[in-house]
Amino acid sequence: MEFLYYFGEVFTPVSMLLLVGGTVGGLILGATPGLSPTMAVALLIPFTFHLKPVHGLILLGAAYTSTVAGGAVSAILLKIPGAPANIATTLDGHEMAKRGQGAKALQLAFLSSLVGGVFGVLLLIFLTPLLAQWALAFGPSHLFWLAILGVTVIGSLDSGSVVKGLLSGCIGMWLATIGYDDMQGVQRFIFHDALGGGVNIIAALIGLFAIPQVLTMFAKGRHDDSIEAIKVQTHPIGEAIREVFKRSKALIIGTLSGSFIGLIPGVGGQIAGLVAYDQTKKFSSEKEKFGTGHSEGVIAAEAANNAMVGPSLVPLLTLSIPGSPTAAVLLGGLLIHGIFPGSDLFDNHPDVAWPFINSMLIGQILMCAFGIYVASFAAKIAQVPQSIMAAAVLGLAVFGSFSVQQSMGDVYVMMALGTMMYFLERYGFSAAPLVLGLILGPIAESNYIQGSLIAGATDGQFAYFFGGALNLLLIGVVVLSIGYSVFVEMRSRRALA
Amino acid sequence: MNRTQHMVPSGIVAAVALWVCWISYTQQPADAFLFPRLISTAFLLLALWTFGKAVLGLSKAGAGLSMQMMSNLAPGLLVAGIYVFWAAKTLGFYAATSLAFFALLSAYDPAPNNSARTWIRRLLITIGYIAVMYGLFALVLKVYTPRGIII
Repeated sequence: MEFLYYFGEVFTPVSMLLLVGGTVGGLILGATPGLSPTMAVALLIPFTFHLKPVHGLILLGAAYTSTVAGGAVSAILLKIPGAPANIATTLDGHEMAKRGQGAKALQLAFLSSLVGGVFGVLLLIFLTPLLAQWALAFGPSHLFWLAILGVTVIGSLDSGSVVKGLLSGCIGMWLATIGYDDMQGVQRFIFHDALGGGVNIIAALIGLFAIPQVLTMFAKGRHDDSIEAIKVQTHPIGEAIREVFKRSKALIIGTLSGSFIGLIPGVGGQIAGLVAYDQTKKFSSEKEKFGTGHSEGVIAAEAANNAMVGPSLVPLLTLSIPGSPTAAVLLGGLLIHGIFPGSDLFDNHPDVAWPFINSMLIGQILMCAFGIYVASFAAKIAQVPQSIMAAAVLGLAVFGSFSVQQSMGDVYVMMALGTMMYFLERYGFSAAPLVLGLILGPIAESNYIQGSLIAGATDGQFAYFFGGALNLLLIGVVVLSIGYSVFVEMRSRRALA
Repeated sequence: MNRTQHMVPSGIVAAVALWVCWISYTQQPADAFLFPRLISTAFLLLALWTFGKAVLGLSKAGAGLSMQMMSNLAPGLLVAGIYVFWAAKTLGFYAATSLAFFALLSAYDPAPNNSARTWIRRLLITIGYIAVMYGLFALVLKVYTPRGIII
């Protein structure tokens, strides 16, 4: 119950201000089609430099939670999911809105997000220290395999092609080696002055997540993208609360499936929402109503995608393996503040880790409270033309990447990587494994070097890296995740043929 | 999507992988390139596999790029490139951002160009945007940005 001791930090004026700001900003960004939670968090990281680590993380955590929930606004009122996690919400949410039940759908979405989100954060609170204790047994070889596991899991699951996903991970790991070698100070792959200090993670994150979305908006050309949002009529909140509890089966299925999926590294909220929707439909006595504006569909999907947020941080905070692309960006946010997730996080930085987790609990309540009232306003912002959005995000990306180290080199790297990523994404490559490679590359390298030194003095490289139950277990999971993804890819190709 | 479309990006990636592998195995001291050798080997194998699949016409992932998309993208990419790689440092951050924002808005805003109202609206949006950016970065975050010819 150590976390209770650190609740005070969340209720300081600065923390509360950041929580409210992050929540409202996140709801608006989440509601804006084209701006993913990952990009929103990446663009926010430069603003955290000027804050204490704990405050920076509170801001990022609030934004992460509320962007996922905010995506429901545009999913329900515009039929455009604000984020991939809200795809399942459009199925019934928009149908409800068309029938004049937009306010009810939004209330159900935020209330079920609150229940799912709180359950997910409680899992984070109680599972993280347990897993952190277990992680104490990890040596350099295990940490090396864990880093490889992080890249391969996301590489194989978050990409249209397993090989291209893994290749993206390799590109990221190579980019991480650019600069001066830590051990001997030798120059590696510095083919331009801008790369003298290596590839800055934050500039890379902004470039890889923001620039492809800007270029995607450009590629649509000059077209009238004005979308008519459905007007929201008032609806008594008490009735919505009663409805959520009346549909408790959907709420429980959504919450449990979202939490479970969140714990698996690499599987995102998109899958959580769709799986929960599908399972709820299977167990429902009103199957035929799904897709026609049934409240169970909204409740299950929204409970699941927010229940996924907390558990997706469990492998991140204990093993340095982000559970989702947004968690990977959060890892970047932790690293720039000198906080290294892992077994000793709660021993070395309890004053940062616990307030951050606690703030996510309070953030869920704020998200629900503000969400219900900000929703109609957020829907108006979501209608901002894409021409303005693209130009604004480009400017923000330039200023944000420059402010990291006050270096033009970082701006060049941001733009170059972002442009490269846009073209690669058009051909099936994915940004998430590349970012993971970039972030986990240095962890893999330092543990590989340490492991090699230990191996040299003991049983040799092969026995050290491939011996022992834990090494074999981790290698097994790497092989299994790749094998499973190859199987799924082949099966879907056969189905298409 | 035709075979050539997949061959170009996967060919470029394979060429980069080959270069990375070459550097990793030829540069000294070898100890400093131990990890890059490991990574570049996997990088090269996967890149050659991808390129091979593209040559054989077996690459299916990704939506590709149409000529229409390329021509839509070209002005934005050009303005963004000039803004980032030249104007920001030469003209100054705020001046370059204002010009780039206005240029992009003019290029992609579907409103008719022959109306004075459209141009005034675009100008006002640009002024509003740059005022927010200045307030946020110069006044709140106190980020020192390079001064150029204009500001």
